[in-house]
Amino acid sequence: MNPSLTVYRGLKHAGINFATSVPCVNLQELLAMIGGDPNIIHLPVTREEEGVGICAGAWMGGRRPALLMQNSGLGNCINALASLDMLYGIPLLMIISHRGGVGEPIIGQVPMGRLTVPLLDAMNISHCSPNPVAAEETVTRAWERAAKERKTVAVLLDLGFWRSK
Amino acid sequence: MKRIEAITLAAEAASALGALLIGNIGYPSRELFAVHDRPENFYMLGSMGQASSIGLGLALARPERRVMVLDGDGSVLMNLGTLATIAHHAPQNFLLVILDNCCYGSTGSQPTCTHLGTDLFALAKAAGIENVREVERAEDLPEALLGQGVVIVRVEAGNAMVPIISLSPEEIIERFMRCARPALPSGKSPL
Repeated sequence: MNPSLTVYRGLKHAGINFATSVPCVNLQELLAMIGGDPNIIHLPVTREEEGVGICAGAWMGGRRPALLMQNSGLGNCINALASLDMLYGIPLLMIISHRGGVGEPIIGQVPMGRLTVPLLDAMNISHCSPNPVAAEETVTRAWERAAKERKTVAVLLDLGFWRSK
Repeated sequence: MKRIEAITLAAEAASALGALLIGNIGYPSRELFAVHDRPENFYMLGSMGQASSIGLGLALARPERRVMVLDGDGSVLMNLGTLATIAHHAPQNFLLVILDNCCYGSTGSQPTCTHLGTDLFALAKAAGIENVREVERAEDLPEALLGQGVVIVRVEAGNAMVPIISLSPEEIIERFMRCARPALPSGKSPL
């Protein structure tokens, strides 16, 4: 099973039609799928916080938005997640490549890798870490929950997820 | 010109054009609320730096609507990457108005780098934005507000004596979205 394809199918099933992204090497195949989809407006952005703002505007205009990024980018968007999305009740689906865990070859990824779940928990942001078999449904459910509860929901995809081809 | 004069002209233009208008955090939104409150105004109460990004997402989501953003020099400097993104992805219905008073006006007028000579006009051009205008006189502003791209307005430092916005975040966003979202067949959820 192709892990990128399962996430893509989950996004499509959820009706996601707007995406912003900052790349991670593990997201490259998924970003190419999204970029090639004529029914998804895809904006590569310069910084993850910018992606939060753009997704917020897109949702207010009637779109279903997702932000795709590496977990390092979570640190770059915390204020916008709190004082924009949380403050106004704006939903957002975050698809996060979760680096810095077991098998991580880059030592610089480790600090944020360890802090990602505690940061999400501190912000009361729901998160899950599916395997590829469950990912399609998990991604779809994550958006449905975000939209229903008007909050941010994160799907964390760790190194094991991407290696399970 | 004073910033509230520029905001008044922008609000009049937005109203005449039926444009959705994003107000930047702090005094700019307060001044906008005081001079011309309307449901089509979104008042940003947090997330400094994100006004242009919110407006860009909105303009892409609703290409048939005009979207105007009232931003500031300090806020644009905080999110400079937005100029590059706007250059390559902003649609024709998007106008970013940067009210440059060379200071952080809502926190005590500490100088920003535009006070020291950083040139937002040149930065916007260098980012790749084709339509960038600079306005110093109030009489030149209404015409500039009819365009798209970026308008940089030189305004004096200082805030008008205006109250805090009396709307809750929920009130701001719910009435704004009733204007910003496409009309739906009755009973159908936008989500």
